[in-house]
Amino acid sequence: MDAEIEEKQSRSIGEIISIVEALIFVAGEPLTVKTLAEVLTEDKETVEAAVEELVQEYEQRESGLQIRAIAGGWQIGTRAEFHEEIRRFLKTRPSAKLSLAALETLAVIAYKQPVTVPEILEIRGVQSASAIKTLLDKRLIVAKGRKETVGRPMQYGTSKDFMIQFGLKDLSELPSIEDFEDLIQ
Amino acid sequence: MEQPTEQLSFDFKSVQPHIVSETRDEIKLELGAFAGPLDLLLFLIKQEQANIFDIPIAKITDEYLKYIRLMKTLDISLAADFLVMAATLIEIKSKMLLPREIFDEAEEEIEDPRQELIDRLLEHQKFKNAAEMLYERSTVEQAVFTRGQIESDENNLETNASVFDLLTVFQKILERHKEEIKLEIEREEMSLAEMLKHLKAKIFKAKEISLHELFQEMQTRPELVLAFIAVLELVRTENIKLLQRKTFGDVILTKV
Repeated sequence: MDAEIEEKQSRSIGEIISIVEALIFVAGEPLTVKTLAEVLTEDKETVEAAVEELVQEYEQRESGLQIRAIAGGWQIGTRAEFHEEIRRFLKTRPSAKLSLAALETLAVIAYKQPVTVPEILEIRGVQSASAIKTLLDKRLIVAKGRKETVGRPMQYGTSKDFMIQFGLKDLSELPSIEDFEDLIQ
Repeated sequence: MEQPTEQLSFDFKSVQPHIVSETRDEIKLELGAFAGPLDLLLFLIKQEQANIFDIPIAKITDEYLKYIRLMKTLDISLAADFLVMAATLIEIKSKMLLPREIFDEAEEEIEDPRQELIDRLLEHQKFKNAAEMLYERSTVEQAVFTRGQIESDENNLETNASVFDLLTVFQKILERHKEEIKLEIEREEMSLAEMLKHLKAKIFKAKEISLHELFQEMQTRPELVLAFIAVLELVRTENIKLLQRKTFGDVILTKV
């Protein structure tokens, strides 16, 4: 078995790690293990091990960068601790990207997806048309087909961009909605 | 860097409706950013220090109606949602006044008329908390900076042109047509079949057609609509697909 791999691939594990690092650096979007494996023509297990190793390396030498699992892939980014210095350099200020109404609508969609507009109205108690438009424009939500019920209303769900912007590995990383019950007295 | 970041912080706790000023001839009411009827109810219940599971419905309904009266001058779509809730409250109140009939013992327990409202309030509260969590997450995420996209649009043919992108292109062209003042000349109307034939012949000759140019060629609105439907039809039935080589670039119709 070893000999077979040896024959097919002549790269050392160190080399694979380096290439994985280079690819993650170049990719604009989180890079999946599947894509990495395809580009490297290595099997997924090898790539997975290489990514894990890489993550460790960055952590061990307390790098200013980090490799994170986001939206089902891997992404390189700066460490959150250094945001002040980075902002000073970039001359940018953090900004609230979404209104409260949009955030609340997004929360309903994230937890109830696929969900229709009337269902959102039921929970929020307010018309959400403009919030939904904002979320669609920002590509945080996407249409997920029609519900087979009276009027065949459009259903909505969250997008990959949603996971990227909210730093989620996958949807299961969201705390359970029932956890928020504890906060209610 | 001591720059104000007022834009960044939402004070979730202070998002509550309250009366700003109450003079003889003017009442100003601040609604808060959420400003839905459920928020108002939650606020009133808290103000009364009432238990959400045992809402003093008569008192809360009165309070609620008082607020509604103050809000009459506000924009209609918002007020409509509030009026629906007012009706619900009054309905519950009247139900509570009715003597509860006792059916035979096999009948299940009669439900508290408030139950549905309580469930909705609890559900709403949960999602308010979830929204707060999302807000915190996005704030943390904003502290992490990632590399921008390396220019590779040229070799990335699969840049996704969604139906929305198509609609945007189409709407732009429609608007432009609206502005043009035209002489009315009767033309022969084209059928969808003819348009399909025309488009197919065109794509066989040119291999690639820019949607922008294609729509521009169309003389009338019905033609434009036909062309749009024909494009969709071709993509669905033939070996023809839509490409966008550059973000915000032209959408191109091409043979596979």
